[in-house]
Amino acid sequence: MDYVKLINCMRCGMCLPHCPTYKETFLETASPRGRVALVRKFQEGELVDTEQFLEYVSLCLDCQACASACPCGVNAGELVAEFRCEKKSGQGLSIIENAILRQLVPHPDRLEAATAPLRLYQLSGLQKLVRSLGLMKMFPAALGRMESLLPTLPDAPLRKTIDEVTPAQGTEKGTVGFFLGCVMSLIFSEASLATVELLSSLGYKVVTPKDQKCCGAPNMLGHDFEGVKQAARFNTDLFESAAYDFIVTDCGGCGAELKKYGHHLDGEEKATAFSSKVRDISEILASESAALKEKLKPLNLKVTYHDPCHIAHCQGIRSQPRALINLIPGIDFRELPEADACCGSAGTYNIEKPEMSDRVLARKLANVEKTGADYLVTGNPGCLLQLKKAMAEQLPQVKVIHVTELLQMSMNAKG
Amino acid sequence: MEKTFIKALSDIVGESYTLTDKESLACYGYDSTPELESKPGVVVLPGNLEEISRIMALAHDAGVRVTPRGSGTNLSGGSISFDAGVILQTSRMNRILEIDEENLTATVETGVVTSALHREVEAKGLFYPPDPGSMNISTMGGNVAENSGGLRGLKYGVTDDYVMGLKTVLANGELLKTGGKVVKDVAGYNLNQLLVSSEGTLGIFGEITVKLIPKPKTKKTMLVHFPQLEMAALTVSHIIAARIIPATLEFLDRVTIKCVEDYAHVGLPLDVDAVLLIEVDGHPAQVEEDAEGIRQICERHNCSFFQTAASADEALKLATARRVALSALARVKPTTILEDATVPRSCIAPMVKLIQETAKKYNLTIGTFGHAGDGNLHPTCLTDERDQDEIKRAHAAFGEIFDATIAMGGTITGEHGVGVAKKKYLPKLVGESGIKVMRGIKGAFDPKGILNPGKIF
Repeated sequence: MDYVKLINCMRCGMCLPHCPTYKETFLETASPRGRVALVRKFQEGELVDTEQFLEYVSLCLDCQACASACPCGVNAGELVAEFRCEKKSGQGLSIIENAILRQLVPHPDRLEAATAPLRLYQLSGLQKLVRSLGLMKMFPAALGRMESLLPTLPDAPLRKTIDEVTPAQGTEKGTVGFFLGCVMSLIFSEASLATVELLSSLGYKVVTPKDQKCCGAPNMLGHDFEGVKQAARFNTDLFESAAYDFIVTDCGGCGAELKKYGHHLDGEEKATAFSSKVRDISEILASESAALKEKLKPLNLKVTYHDPCHIAHCQGIRSQPRALINLIPGIDFRELPEADACCGSAGTYNIEKPEMSDRVLARKLANVEKTGADYLVTGNPGCLLQLKKAMAEQLPQVKVIHVTELLQMSMNAKG
Repeated sequence: MEKTFIKALSDIVGESYTLTDKESLACYGYDSTPELESKPGVVVLPGNLEEISRIMALAHDAGVRVTPRGSGTNLSGGSISFDAGVILQTSRMNRILEIDEENLTATVETGVVTSALHREVEAKGLFYPPDPGSMNISTMGGNVAENSGGLRGLKYGVTDDYVMGLKTVLANGELLKTGGKVVKDVAGYNLNQLLVSSEGTLGIFGEITVKLIPKPKTKKTMLVHFPQLEMAALTVSHIIAARIIPATLEFLDRVTIKCVEDYAHVGLPLDVDAVLLIEVDGHPAQVEEDAEGIRQICERHNCSFFQTAASADEALKLATARRVALSALARVKPTTILEDATVPRSCIAPMVKLIQETAKKYNLTIGTFGHAGDGNLHPTCLTDERDQDEIKRAHAAFGEIFDATIAMGGTITGEHGVGVAKKKYLPKLVGESGIKVMRGIKGAFDPKGILNPGKIF
């Protein structure tokens, strides 16, 4: 790790009010400033990596809200992740981490195969039976948590069913490559279909290469740099970027990762060109707002927006999703207090650190309730999973949808 | 630190709020002051006033030293325990107890974050003006202990202009109530004012009652460039002489302008000596008139650019340069030494010149920005703690700058406090008699010397 990055922290404390775990605990050890100090003292040999030490460091959600707040450009979240990565690469992952992050998620085929029994589990009514009998209690707590997060899956992964080429409606304005995230494809296929419909209706030909692989973000979480690089190489080659005006994704996590390919591959020209063409769907749509506005019909809904960390903090996209929501006639938009605070999902954090994840989530729920909104809109599948489950249990009057689903709803509304 | 003492502490605040592990002690060994660090023996986080009282009674009996700490944003080493004592962190005490709209006061617990109070009172059309740079995380207790200032000091004053009442825990755990909600109060010594800026050496605040004022109806933001430093400084003086008191009158020097432009690309010209950010607030008619008056004064002093924001968005844009000044400077090098030398307003031009010459003499990069309206400047030295030679030169340069400040009738610290960082300069400023009186006061409040020892003098 680069020592200068650690001593760049001037300890001003500006990150503290933005850190979800500090806000819950008021403990310096649970703050970005504290974590940078811990890692620095480890590097300097003053502290060793005791269990307690690693516990403090691993309480970080890696939401990077601290990076947005830092006046001197220190990214405490990333530094801590990098540190954990270096530590872990020697030690190996927990069984759950290894299974999910290295063996399963980065491989679309395996992931799709693995989720097939789940689909059966849900379709057959077995899920209902298991839940009503409380059978999950017989399994380890983490597995029970994973099970409870599962929404109803679509009949088939979108990657299998989507048309490779969706033509532009009207005059063709350009061609976009659609990077279909794994979780979007497996679970939130309706939102991704909305993404394709919106792009096509605005005059874009949408190409969705069927062979695409995971963006590499789970490899990063699994501390597998080599895997990240492989993913970057594969996708850069697949999306021979010259063919596309943009490469679009509707997954905040993928977008953040794809934009870093140039960096991951040490500035290789092809990867840098690829990264420079990557856009979150909200960026593209917001740049077409005049044309989009004409297509939108009134929706009389109270709507609020949750900023996913991977969109607001990692990509700096905040105004575009809000502008899009406000394009819809009749919408009563209500700003969510602490909108850019993490929802507690944070990769596998909600499974690994359930207690803190729940506290962070409870704060989000309380803020959503304050707005009185009946729709909570967001742009990342991790947040969708976490928030859909939480709302269904605790605020059932609030529906959670992707920003493209809201826009599609308005586009297809009557009147 | 003795185990029985730590056990007694945890009996008061609970085990989870009594921290003794190596990692916690390391993380409570610093505040925002560069180069200073020292680990405490234990950290406690009391949840209410009574717990602070019991902690102090216990520490007093045991003769253990206690340093209060809010969010650790102190810039003079004031919230570091230099003798392995107790760090008492107040951030759990974060309730706003009352906003009294009839008496125009707010009463808060000591750990309330300054900007949280701003939000609450502004939602009611009221205003608590002190706005230190760290207001998004600094605590009210810390603001009172340091008498924090901010951008609005020129027109609205600083923390001490707003403190009306305090509930303070003394060194022996007794509770001292001073002031209250009354505007006029001449019963005995003015202990409120004595406790403000006592830097944790006389007592620990538990509750604070502050004065509120009506929120100004409107404001107008202006950005002005000056090719010559002297003209910018004269403009500041002449605005005040014209009986116009802007809410904000901020200044950036040439080094800062370059760093800001490199970092934020806001379109500042690199050939100007100074940029002023001016904000007037109040009744719309008055604001219009003041803004026009300011424009004329700026033009008379050969400004090369004058822009008034037409909307709130534009105002934010104009304020960007000032807002990002510290960030822009801090990014240049790893270590940032931020000082707060303060001179009478009329001495701004000679002071900035002197800072620039001193930087040159010692071969340092020092950018200066700050509150030109009240003479409170922030010469900021960009250095690297690993370069011992440069650090030495930086200290020597600041020594000269402080000497000059005192000679001009200014002060060594406008808003950061003396702490340990400015200790050696204080006798030069207040003289022997000043130190003697301060020691006497300290002795009267804290005869055993257990409250934040080693700070101020």
